[in-house]
Amino acid sequence: MTEVPTGTARGVAVRLNKIQRAFGELVVIDDLTLDIAAGEFLAILGPSGCGKSTLLRIIAGLNAPDGGTLRVNPADTKFQTAFVFQDAHLLPWRTVLENAALPLELMGVGRSERLARASRVLAEVGLREAEGRYPSQLSGGMRMRVSLARALVTEPRLLLLDEPFAALDEITRFRLDIRLRDLWLERGMTVIFVTHSITEAAFLADRAVVLTRRGRGIRLDRRLALPRVRSNELRLSPLLAGEMQMLLSAMEEEG
Amino acid sequence: MKLRKVIPALIPFLVVTLALEWLVRAGWIKAFLVPPPSAVFQTMVHDWPELFGALAKTSTGALLGFALSAAGGIAIAVFLSSSRAIQDAFYPYAVFFQTVPVIAIAPLLVIWFGYGMRTVVASAFLVSIFPVIANTLTGILSTDPALRDLFRLYGASSAATLWKLRFPAALPQILTGLRIAGGLAVIGAIVGEFIGGQGLGSVVDIARTQQRTDKVFAAVLLASALGLALFGFINLLSWLALRRWHASEQS
Repeated sequence: MTEVPTGTARGVAVRLNKIQRAFGELVVIDDLTLDIAAGEFLAILGPSGCGKSTLLRIIAGLNAPDGGTLRVNPADTKFQTAFVFQDAHLLPWRTVLENAALPLELMGVGRSERLARASRVLAEVGLREAEGRYPSQLSGGMRMRVSLARALVTEPRLLLLDEPFAALDEITRFRLDIRLRDLWLERGMTVIFVTHSITEAAFLADRAVVLTRRGRGIRLDRRLALPRVRSNELRLSPLLAGEMQMLLSAMEEEG
Repeated sequence: MKLRKVIPALIPFLVVTLALEWLVRAGWIKAFLVPPPSAVFQTMVHDWPELFGALAKTSTGALLGFALSAAGGIAIAVFLSSSRAIQDAFYPYAVFFQTVPVIAIAPLLVIWFGYGMRTVVASAFLVSIFPVIANTLTGILSTDPALRDLFRLYGASSAATLWKLRFPAALPQILTGLRIAGGLAVIGAIVGEFIGGQGLGSVVDIARTQQRTDKVFAAVLLASALGLALFGFINLLSWLALRRWHASEQS
């Protein structure tokens, strides 16, 4: 169904079937069905309160759905899912290197191996020089890159991101968008990226889904006709503008 | 740099000391009510062996009580934080405990623990444990929910979550609790010594009956010095533990 980005299919497929979730009286997700192919880069867009963050937490297993089923295929590997939050949420008493190594530490990987792996992934996000620093000594963009490195250190097959770059300045965001897209191309994991930014969704993803208010289904499910390798030139191209227009109209119908 | 911070604090001390000396010598204040600072100093020198021995006892009592409330308070807070139900069941008693005036139960302590060090330690412990419990509990319970989610995602055990996340995250609050407890432990030790009969508390009690206000003042000054030293020690610990990452220890 979907092209697999690299030679090796590392990503997992996610199948959501009639998912329901309410907080007390408030129904946040109602009867949502969505298929995400292995190795896909999916952006989930929607107005505030459409349940997109809740949906991501359900996929991560942090919240259970009230109804419906979630299937991840293949499901056998432990700790294959990584989650990046809206803010970096680092441990302030640990160095950058120790923060990036944290997931491996919790999974019981030995010290020298986990530090070596953390060091490698920090280099991938351009933080080799900052390994020994503490989070309070970093800029917001650097902190978010540590957070990204921490998510990638376990070599996840499913990467979930909840508006991760929303608090950053535009230049930093542009840079991280491209970095994330490249990491996805290199690693071939499945990525689900939740955002309220139409620009970011269109620029990053291969497929964008616009949710309706209160999660009553999907307004638009579109495969974006954009090149695989994304660069800043694309930001000003009519190709991207066209895709953004499609997403914008779907969002406006919702607003 | 350090000196520039100390000098402003020394000026009021010198002014008050000199003014007091002058007021007593000029006869405005009776010397048996408030002794002139020079007399307090002379007593300090003259009675130094006795005063130093008393200071050593009080220090031991206060430090033991403080160490017990630090360890016990943190352990109790960790226990209370383990579930909402446990907290609801036990925390009210911790609060109630706090409201019991130690001076009123000090005679009971003597009955239970006898005269001497054990009563002093118990008294110092009782008055200083609550701030440790309250601050540690607040710190542990206010751990970032996103980080708790992260630990859950990677299958961390509750012991690992406590040790690697909740406890270090609570350290700034724990140290605040210890800072308060340090001062209270000295007060508790002196109260215990009034009844338990040793240390600076006992010196104050005996000097009072002999109308030796100079000696009372000398003992009180030493007790304050002990409190300050303990405070300084906890500040040092705090600096060592937090200087790399917490805003409170970074200038």
